[in-house]
Amino acid sequence: MARAVSNPRKALNTAIAWGIGLLIFFPILWTILTSFKTEAEAIANPPVFLAFDWTLENYAVVQERSNYMRFLWNSVFIAGGSTILGVIIAVPAAWSMAFVPSKRTKDILLWMLSTKMLPAVGVLYPIYLLCIQLGVLDNRYALVVILMLINLPIIVWMLYTYFKEIPGEILEAARMDGAGLKEEILYVLTPMAVPGIASTLLLNFILAWNEAFWTLNLTAVDAAPLTAFIASYSSPEGLFFAKLSAASTMAIAPILILGWFSQKQLVRGLTFGAVK
Amino acid sequence: MATQHSRSAARFMMAPAVFLLLVWMLVPLSMTLWFSFRRFLPLRGGDQGFVWFENYTRFISSSAFWPSVQTTLIIVGGILLISVVFGILLALLLDQPMWGQGVVRILVIAPFFVMPTVSALVWKNMFMDPTNGLFAHLWRAFGADPVVWLSDAPLFSIILIVSWQWLPFATLILLTAIQSLDSEQLEAAEMDGAGHLSRFGYIILPHMSRAITIVILIQTIFLLSIFAEIFVTTGGAFGSRTLTYLIYQRVLESQNVGLGSAGGVYAIILANIVALFLMRIVGKNLDA
Repeated sequence: MARAVSNPRKALNTAIAWGIGLLIFFPILWTILTSFKTEAEAIANPPVFLAFDWTLENYAVVQERSNYMRFLWNSVFIAGGSTILGVIIAVPAAWSMAFVPSKRTKDILLWMLSTKMLPAVGVLYPIYLLCIQLGVLDNRYALVVILMLINLPIIVWMLYTYFKEIPGEILEAARMDGAGLKEEILYVLTPMAVPGIASTLLLNFILAWNEAFWTLNLTAVDAAPLTAFIASYSSPEGLFFAKLSAASTMAIAPILILGWFSQKQLVRGLTFGAVK
Repeated sequence: MATQHSRSAARFMMAPAVFLLLVWMLVPLSMTLWFSFRRFLPLRGGDQGFVWFENYTRFISSSAFWPSVQTTLIIVGGILLISVVFGILLALLLDQPMWGQGVVRILVIAPFFVMPTVSALVWKNMFMDPTNGLFAHLWRAFGADPVVWLSDAPLFSIILIVSWQWLPFATLILLTAIQSLDSEQLEAAEMDGAGHLSRFGYIILPHMSRAITIVILIQTIFLLSIFAEIFVTTGGAFGSRTLTYLIYQRVLESQNVGLGSAGGVYAIILANIVALFLMRIVGKNLDA
């Protein structure tokens, strides 16, 4: 809504909005700042905001003590693997539902959505038991598959809503020019679908990265991603605010940056296309 | 437009996704159902045969059940109330003309991307810690005794932490909804002498009603199964045990799988009731 308003009014809006924005962002800012403090400064009263001796020591300690890189790699592997696998499986499904809809397409889409509503805790033991019996408890590949299945409905839905927006006339024109199914997909649809697929990859990577039910319950040491790494800080020993902050900053920084790029997709992806 | 050929190709392309989700749904679900009818204690005697509905009645009649339902309702309701009310206000604010709107949006949306274990631990320690937390410093600065947040006000604390994560989601969706409103309608109302309040009440709010419903339904589904935030803060102590957490404890901590599975079936039924409403709205949207 581009309505003309007076400058004082705009200045007031700006001040209030920035104030609230900074208040909401403050816990993240504070965590980042604290990660550069010494442990003594981290708990100082009154708290120091910027005037402290900036140090990178905490990051070095966290890496040394708990082998942060391994957890990071597990997170990248699990989130990345499950997302890519999910998209590979979902693209053909979403493509066929968007371009060759049948009477049952709507039912299938809604049914897929309903599997997403299944509360994880309701099937915790069966999955746990299956993992034990297949010998894949605390295994990265098992988590890739499980997180892929959890996010598959969202991936199909997002891709479906993107593909739906590709005009069907283009397909007809391509067919008239003699393009077969293969050429249609390869040369007509793929270039038009790339932005939608990229957004889907981005949002689902974020969702998988932050998933904290299965990753906490099905991992121990080998496959533990960053969610579990951070949870291990819940029983502290001694002074640890600065180290907790450093660990937290390392766990959220990559995703925060990716997240900011995916704001628009977030709305569409998480509302299953109901709000655009 | 679709030929017979492309129809069968379409079915073929859909098959892997449909098959996988079917397996993913049916196998664990039927296992949960099966276990829920049996007396099954993996560490104390294993599977001891059918008890049929005993687990269901025992789960409901256990002294932990109703408090956990109450806790779930308070937590979910509290978070919904906060995120919807403040979400509407924030969305209205962010829709106003201002300088640096993009940056403010980024600041507001950021908490949603913080992983649940991080936000729970940061709040628990750096803000709510009774000796060294920022709140404790703040309380002392005003001469008050610091509050032991997680044991004295556990539900409030959890609601605060989770609301901080979900308010951005509500704000973003509601903002998207407001921005799709036709500004001419508002201008016309303004010229007809409608004040701020009546423009909000009669135009903006009705326009947002669908988005609000969607926010409530989607959040309810996610909030019914919050886990990590309770896991790393109170561990279910101090009356902060939700239905989800109770089931988790029955299944993995006390290893009473039959009882926990019966609870799981209740949770599934509950989630499906909410899901039904959401699906109806989403389904309507598909037709349009």
